[in-house]
Amino acid sequence: MKQLQLARVVDALLPLLAVVGALLIGAVILLLLNTSPVEAYQVLLSGGFTSKNGLADTLVKAIPLLLVGLGIVIAFRASVINIGAEGQIIAGALLTTFLALQLGEILPGVVVIIICLLAGTLMGGLWGAIPGFLKARLGVNEILSTVMMNQIAIQIGFYLLRGPMIDPAELEAGTNIPHSARLPKTTDLPRFTDIAKWLGFSDSAKDLGLTGFWGELYGLLVEPTRLHAGLIIALVMGILVYVFLWRTTIGYRIRAVGLNPHAARYAGINVPRYMILSLGLSGAFAGLAGAVEILGLHHRMFEPTAVSAGYGFTGIVAALFGKLHPLGAIPSSILFGGLLVGGDKMQRAVQIPQVLVTALLGLVVLFVVSIEIWSRRRAARRVAAPENPPASEMTAKPKLETT
Amino acid sequence: MNENLTVLAIIIGICHSGIRLATPYLYAAIGETFAQRSGVLNLGVEGIMLMGAYSGFFVLFKTGSPLLGLLAAAAAGALLGLAMAFISVTLKAEQGISGIGLFMFGLGISSLLFKTTLGTVEGVKGFGELNFCLGDSFCLSQIPVVGEIFFKHSAMVYGAFALVPIAWWVLNKTTLGLKIRAVGQNPQAADTLGVSVTRVRYFTVTLGGLLAGVAGASLSISLLNIFQEGMTNGQGFIAVALVYFGSWTPFGVLIGAMLFSLVNALQLWVQVLGLNLPSDVAVMLPYLLTIIALAFPFRRALQPAALTKPFERGQN
Repeated sequence: MKQLQLARVVDALLPLLAVVGALLIGAVILLLLNTSPVEAYQVLLSGGFTSKNGLADTLVKAIPLLLVGLGIVIAFRASVINIGAEGQIIAGALLTTFLALQLGEILPGVVVIIICLLAGTLMGGLWGAIPGFLKARLGVNEILSTVMMNQIAIQIGFYLLRGPMIDPAELEAGTNIPHSARLPKTTDLPRFTDIAKWLGFSDSAKDLGLTGFWGELYGLLVEPTRLHAGLIIALVMGILVYVFLWRTTIGYRIRAVGLNPHAARYAGINVPRYMILSLGLSGAFAGLAGAVEILGLHHRMFEPTAVSAGYGFTGIVAALFGKLHPLGAIPSSILFGGLLVGGDKMQRAVQIPQVLVTALLGLVVLFVVSIEIWSRRRAARRVAAPENPPASEMTAKPKLETT
Repeated sequence: MNENLTVLAIIIGICHSGIRLATPYLYAAIGETFAQRSGVLNLGVEGIMLMGAYSGFFVLFKTGSPLLGLLAAAAAGALLGLAMAFISVTLKAEQGISGIGLFMFGLGISSLLFKTTLGTVEGVKGFGELNFCLGDSFCLSQIPVVGEIFFKHSAMVYGAFALVPIAWWVLNKTTLGLKIRAVGQNPQAADTLGVSVTRVRYFTVTLGGLLAGVAGASLSISLLNIFQEGMTNGQGFIAVALVYFGSWTPFGVLIGAMLFSLVNALQLWVQVLGLNLPSDVAVMLPYLLTIIALAFPFRRALQPAALTKPFERGQN
């Protein structure tokens, strides 16, 4: 029994081990580049968490990471691999921009925002459901088709932004930079500081006599930063996905398909339908991320790859690091949001390009999937030794298998 | 008359670019064919290509020797292939996801190293065009049409095409090839007969990595002679798709690569000709084509049975 508990603790710490491993390899690379890893990592790890603005930026980046990560959790739980979140973000962002520009002047802001969020979600869902359909009905490997769908979304984006959706001001100036016009201000998602003002909170912590940590936290929530209501949407979605996967029949079936598609089929579950559904839902969350990025942060569409900004891949890292659990994805996406912000600061402080973070994220993925072997070995031993309790449903992981 | 000449020039141009552009796809996809025939999906080809492209470019820039650059790219690729083999064969990690990890690592490291070691390099002098000159006055490349299409490429282009029959021969006519196919089709049976599944897979994945490195170098030190962050732009992923498209055979891969690069070349010429097709839409076509090609159902039956399944002795 004691051994089992120890094993559980080790299990929980494995992702952290993956990060440590990645950082160690990164340190070797930094040493080879004649940079002090201590100095670089100090900025990298603390940059996103120590100052109020840094923390706000971290949370701003955690929003798309969490939304994408939730979609990844759903897909991976169903044992389908979605690496098309980049394209799904772009698809959602494009439709959101289009609708906000069309409807922004004629309908009240709230209505437009709701329409845009829904439309972005649907568009992303469609972009994910296409590979899902191709996999379920025609046996097309979803990894490959989602990658191709990314490129297609990027090109459609460039086409629209150079053509029909281009900012009229760009045409006039003749510069032709591919971006859309600024969306009507009424369609902006409220920032936290606006919400605080609207609720009648003072924007200074001192007025309430708050100091230290609480003062900082209060400041983070009410002072003018880029932090916007997307965070609330993302957190609510995190809880909803948890309820969906573990408290509803459809969620149960999705997980059943992921754990053992053959058993699921014999249990009467329409496996192809649930494959399409899980990839569609996965895309829907990425599409929502795109919509939220446009309405909450950018307020216009520009270079597609700069809008998706690698979140489609980093979201996978966040989901894996959160052990493919919706609630685990919340702290995990904040952590990786912080790393992205820290990377920016590191670039300025020690002249190590931010792309180091991309490499580190890749290493984290490699370590996370490599370390899995220990958990699997133990699970195998548990099955072999019946006196130990079987793995509970909560901790059981889908056996991801790409075919 | 004049118009006919232009049409001819365009056709020559498309065919010439088509052959040229097939090069990186061929190296990477033939390498990936070996890996997949032995049962391992290496999705990290894109990342390895980027590392190969950087390594080749860096060494060429420092030494001035394209050959040393090529060797460096091959070595870097083989090293990453070996790492991938360790992860997917020894540690039995999920192959799709670890491939994404390798892609991100390669993308990040190649950009990081380029920015810190070179920064702003314009271009280099890579492998030049061979013109197959016989004596001083006559070169095969001067032959009208045929010469212009086939005899004006760098050595790396010919290497890529030579690789196809070699790979076919190794896979189908040698003991090694038989072992590779057996390990990919039925590892348990191969293991029973004394074939080391682990060794064969280590070999194929490392070889695949080496060729992916060369594929990257073919861009940076032969076709384009520059390095840019993320310059492969999805070609590594397409190479993986081409293996599916080509039904896991070298000649199938060749057909896929040619089809793909011809569409690509056509797309370049659409822009030159000023046809009324937006360039962004034209760039999209190859990707669309890949998805459509993957949807042909008869291919699935040809897939190696043990593809993506780690081998566990005593389990079936």
